[in-house]
Amino acid sequence: MPTRPEPAAGAATVLDVADLRVHFELRGSFLGRLLGRDAGSVQAVDGVTLSLRHGEVLGLVGESGSGKTTLGRALLGLVRPTAGSVCYRGTDLAGLRQAQLRPLRQRIQMVFQDPGAALNPAMDIETAVGHPLRIHGLVRDRDELRDRVHDALRRVGLVPVERFASKYPAELSGGQQQRAVLARAIILGPELLVADEPVSMLDMSVRAKILELMLDLRRDLDLSCVYITHDLATAKFFCDRVAIMYLGRIVEIGPTERIFADPAHPYTRALLAAVPEPDPTRTLTRQLPRGEVPDGVDPPGGCSFHPRCPHAFAPCGWEGRDVRALLEQRWTALDEADYAAEQALFADLAELDVRGSRLRIRPAASRSAESIRALLEQVRVGDPDEPLWRGVRQVSVADGACVVDFVEGVDPNLGPVDEGAVACHLYDPAYR
Amino acid sequence: MTDEAVLRVRDLRVWYGTERGPVRAVDGVDLALVPGETLGVVGESGCGKSTLGRGLLGLLPEGAKAGGEVRFRGTDLFELSGRALRELRGPELGMIFQDPLTRLNPLWRVSEHFEELLRTHCPDISAEQIRHRSLATLRRMGIPPTRYRNYPHEFSGGMRQRIMIALGLVLNPAVLVADEPTTSLDVLVEAQIIRLLADLRRNFDTALLLITHNLGIVAEACDRVAVMYAGHVVETGDAREVFAAPAHPYTRELLRSTISLSTTGLHYIPGAPPDLVDPPPACRFHPRCPDAMQVCATRDPVTVSPRPGHRVACWLHGPAEQVGAGGDAPLVREEIDVADEA
Repeated sequence: MPTRPEPAAGAATVLDVADLRVHFELRGSFLGRLLGRDAGSVQAVDGVTLSLRHGEVLGLVGESGSGKTTLGRALLGLVRPTAGSVCYRGTDLAGLRQAQLRPLRQRIQMVFQDPGAALNPAMDIETAVGHPLRIHGLVRDRDELRDRVHDALRRVGLVPVERFASKYPAELSGGQQQRAVLARAIILGPELLVADEPVSMLDMSVRAKILELMLDLRRDLDLSCVYITHDLATAKFFCDRVAIMYLGRIVEIGPTERIFADPAHPYTRALLAAVPEPDPTRTLTRQLPRGEVPDGVDPPGGCSFHPRCPHAFAPCGWEGRDVRALLEQRWTALDEADYAAEQALFADLAELDVRGSRLRIRPAASRSAESIRALLEQVRVGDPDEPLWRGVRQVSVADGACVVDFVEGVDPNLGPVDEGAVACHLYDPAYR
Repeated sequence: MTDEAVLRVRDLRVWYGTERGPVRAVDGVDLALVPGETLGVVGESGCGKSTLGRGLLGLLPEGAKAGGEVRFRGTDLFELSGRALRELRGPELGMIFQDPLTRLNPLWRVSEHFEELLRTHCPDISAEQIRHRSLATLRRMGIPPTRYRNYPHEFSGGMRQRIMIALGLVLNPAVLVADEPTTSLDVLVEAQIIRLLADLRRNFDTALLLITHNLGIVAEACDRVAVMYAGHVVETGDAREVFAAPAHPYTRELLRSTISLSTTGLHYIPGAPPDLVDPPPACRFHPRCPDAMQVCATRDPVTVSPRPGHRVACWLHGPAEQVGAGGDAPLVREEIDVADEA
């Protein structure tokens, strides 16, 4: 069962997410829909459990396709979960209708990546920042509205207020627009702020200023924050705790200091090694995971990071497509004639894209299954350290095909490590 | 800066006409590119990096004017006819853009992109040669030959960028300009592409101009760096040396304001890059410079060379006799509002 670190005694839990799943159905082709064929679904968030304590900043860090943005939207009640719950102070957002969500929106606010898109181009800054007050009917008259808007603008550093209040978004720089968005987010006095890549679109010389402003707001207004980003450097600076996400799941979660000083999951380690540093003494690390984040429609079996993981071993979920990837990798290094000869052995490479622990590879007409077995053996001898072979039970020839039997893959659960949790078989006592 | 330079830029100026007057996006830049080297160009948005990159290839947007010279192996690109210039682009001058998806034709297979490119520039090439050259370049970029006949949408973002780089390299150009080639990619894929670009130096003789806002990428993939501010190159030199000991205050502040894994405190440069219609007089950085002196507000800085191969345009580095009496007194800066920012 997934576990999570218990909230510190005395600190109230603001958000409690339990086994949250958000699946998006694919529409498929027109004909497919007509015939009622299932086009499959993307498991954007696939069983996430976490909690946020009052006053805490939790980072959701991952690459594109990790599900961090969908998770963030689910925290705001903007997407309906397929299963699981998102509880804000005991109220499950998943079951609420729009009208019931509205009062909660005063307590939960959001900031998105592109401030230009978040502001109505036809609304001046004063109207935009005051808009939530009017929608929620929280001001008696114009004077009170103006005073509160000006307070918020001062708070985010848009001073002198007179200079900015009557401006339209297009007249402001990116940093100033993001300040206006922050002013609008804090004007209702929220408790929780969900910020999705709030500084990614800003120039590097401004990022630090906006982050500093967010730190100030968090301290002065006693905010709890969820900070969604792909940028490990700002997460390290801004967050108390970090959850690393990969293909819809949390693969590692823990205090920021521990995650950055002693990353446990191979994916976290790879991400940290890949961040370019303006440090003239650092040399390039060559050990990068191969490939890219796979398609969420049909994620790899077992641990979904296993095809890219340098430490993967027997139970990580090896399957047919990994053999194909290995062959294609090999062929980028062969000269054309050798490649042509090897490729000609196979009846259809697409047959290798199967799930499950048994792979049957048919030889092309006039080629033998034995020659495929011999090729695989040659590949194995050429690079015995390739992780894939740790998951191969045996390679044999049967019924005119080359058969590869894999160790049955096991999906790793989030299990406890020192300060936090990690979903990786390397830390599972059962495999030690 | 020896004479082996494949591309030499002297006093390059590019300006756009606007209603408010000309925008001087590149304003007197001198550069040289040596075969096989990677030169990184960094600076904030709006400092003229992309305009410089396009100017080097003789590519100017509609309504833009250019002055100065860009000499490719001795020939000034601005004096060539449109046709002669187009014949250089591809075989000699290549470009890689930020977003690969918009640069690949969605209806063409990868193979067709290569066929079109190679047939255009080498009319006598045989189908067999096209295949051979394309596959060889793709392999170097890590694209398996099994994917040669696939369509662009069948590849991931990182693979598409690898294909773009292969298309840029297949003609073996002498100069390649890459404008933010990794900005739309994920962290790990970005790192893979940076390593690929860093390896270019060893495998090809191509001189690479890498435009980026990410100082980390420059430190990891470039031999030399050129720091741009408001249309000027304010500092050039060996990338590692410049980052270890930046001479220009702008370079130093840019490095300090970069948030990296080793960041322990937040720093930023007050204010924003100037409007290039009406840039500040003398040193353009002086209104934002923490080290500004009297002379910085009154006279254009002189480019000096504190060490071989390193050039900086800043009065802090002299020449002392030109700073003049009292010129080195601190400049009282105008207050910059917190919200005056990029």
